[in-house]
Amino acid sequence: MTAALTRPRLHQSGDSLVLVEFEARMAPEVNARVVALAAAIAGAGVGGVRDVVPGFASVGVHVDPLRFDAAALEQVVAHAWDVAAVPGVTARVVEIPVCYGGVHGPDLESVAASAGCAPDLVVQRHTAATYRVYMLGFLPGFAYLGSVDASIAVPRRPAPRPRVPAGSVGIAGLQTGVYPSDSPGGWQLVGRTPWRMFDAVRPAPAVLQAGDAVRFVALPHDQWDAHAGGPRW
Amino acid sequence: MVSGTAGVTVLRPGLLTTVQDLGRWGSQAMGVPVSGAMDSVAHRLANALVGNPPTAATLEVTLLGPELRAERALVVAVAGAPFALSVDGQAVPHQAAFALAAGATLRFGARQVGSRAYVAVAGGIDTPPVLGSRATHLVSGMGGLAGRALVSGDALPIGWPPSDTVPRPARPRSAPAAAPPSSAGHSLRVLLGPQDAWFSPHDIEVLLHGVYRVSTQSNRMGFHLEGPLLTAARADGPLSEPVPFGALQVPAGGVPILLMADRQTAGGYPKIATVISADLPLAGQLGPGDVVRFAACTRAEAHAALIARERELLRLMPEESGA
Repeated sequence: MTAALTRPRLHQSGDSLVLVEFEARMAPEVNARVVALAAAIAGAGVGGVRDVVPGFASVGVHVDPLRFDAAALEQVVAHAWDVAAVPGVTARVVEIPVCYGGVHGPDLESVAASAGCAPDLVVQRHTAATYRVYMLGFLPGFAYLGSVDASIAVPRRPAPRPRVPAGSVGIAGLQTGVYPSDSPGGWQLVGRTPWRMFDAVRPAPAVLQAGDAVRFVALPHDQWDAHAGGPRW
Repeated sequence: MVSGTAGVTVLRPGLLTTVQDLGRWGSQAMGVPVSGAMDSVAHRLANALVGNPPTAATLEVTLLGPELRAERALVVAVAGAPFALSVDGQAVPHQAAFALAAGATLRFGARQVGSRAYVAVAGGIDTPPVLGSRATHLVSGMGGLAGRALVSGDALPIGWPPSDTVPRPARPRSAPAAAPPSSAGHSLRVLLGPQDAWFSPHDIEVLLHGVYRVSTQSNRMGFHLEGPLLTAARADGPLSEPVPFGALQVPAGGVPILLMADRQTAGGYPKIATVISADLPLAGQLGPGDVVRFAACTRAEAHAALIARERELLRLMPEESGA
């Protein structure tokens, strides 16, 4: 099912970023290649590389232009393409507890209205799927997850909220995600997790990383405190 | 370096003074922005003048400078945008190390050109590193002093410099490394792309011949540029992808935004061009109202310009410094 993939292209963005670009589409098989290649580049010790960053369909390699070994990067990319593992077999599954609706999910009712179903059914559909973490960005620890059931794929709110509380779970089109910190935001909020999704002083600051599989688990509102601040690992 | 006791007290913070270093590299895969000095050359020069490695943290001063009191004897240097500097009423030179006795106060006066100066203290600003860096990222509240700009009354820890490298106050060095010339407007060299093909040849011409002004809606994340609007020929953006310092992105409204030190790690707007590394320190000296133009260059020119800049920086540094 992945036979149609084509070799990535190296593309420069200025003189300090190399983008290794795959086919420009949001698809698990493309992103699996991205995640595998990012790991290969990060582990290869290519001279002058400062940071390796997975995107939806590209790997960003930030370099010091005076020390960057371009030929070494090209070799790593070619080799990783030839030996890449079958995508998806090693994904970690992370189950995130979410209190849906009420004060925690102020947009659940309106999402249900636009989906033409009961709020409970929105929750059922949101928790039924296994999502892929495509990439992190926007805020420290913010993971872009896809894809939600098409029936609940609602557009962003017309005007962003000035302050979305940390832990809020939102939907924007086919994407869903958890706000890791208080911030402005325009996604439709269906629930909130008591977990702290990012904490710079933890050994693993971000709960999620690109390539993870995520499921949301409905949590009764009275059990918020039992999960507050987690995960505990 | 030993973790310092309070070495500097902030009497007045100035407009926007933050702890910065060369940035928080290596955590962008977690969505953590790089941040760091807007003018990394001035940051490095200030550090070198007091004998610090380039990785030591400095204070980035913006437009209006602070008043800082030494709580113990310190060696200090200020580089970048030239301000009138004084210690207890006595003028001290820009871009040279000077002694600050215990109890003495460093004041920033009038600024000639540029927007940002860097205050290095021998031993470095010793706030706790977060993910390997002391750089302040204001939007996420990470790094620096409690993740925020300095306020009156803040006590800044200063590291202890290794005793054998305490520099003697040095003679002033020549012209600023990166502070822009005063009036004519500034030209930043760019490499087109990565999404230049999304724009018409006409729009590329508009960018390269247009005169832009840094809007007041500009900050450490990015500069909104007032001037001729640009329109991507495609309505959809690229899938969100990693972005560098200096990328010139064009949202749907057509107002280009130059991404700066506190930029997000990735973006989904088309990028028509990217400022070359050699000119980023100059970009980092721009402030609201400054006029800026863009000139296309080749990769070879970008590389040569960066080598020339590094040579110039070495020339300005004290001879004993390898930084």
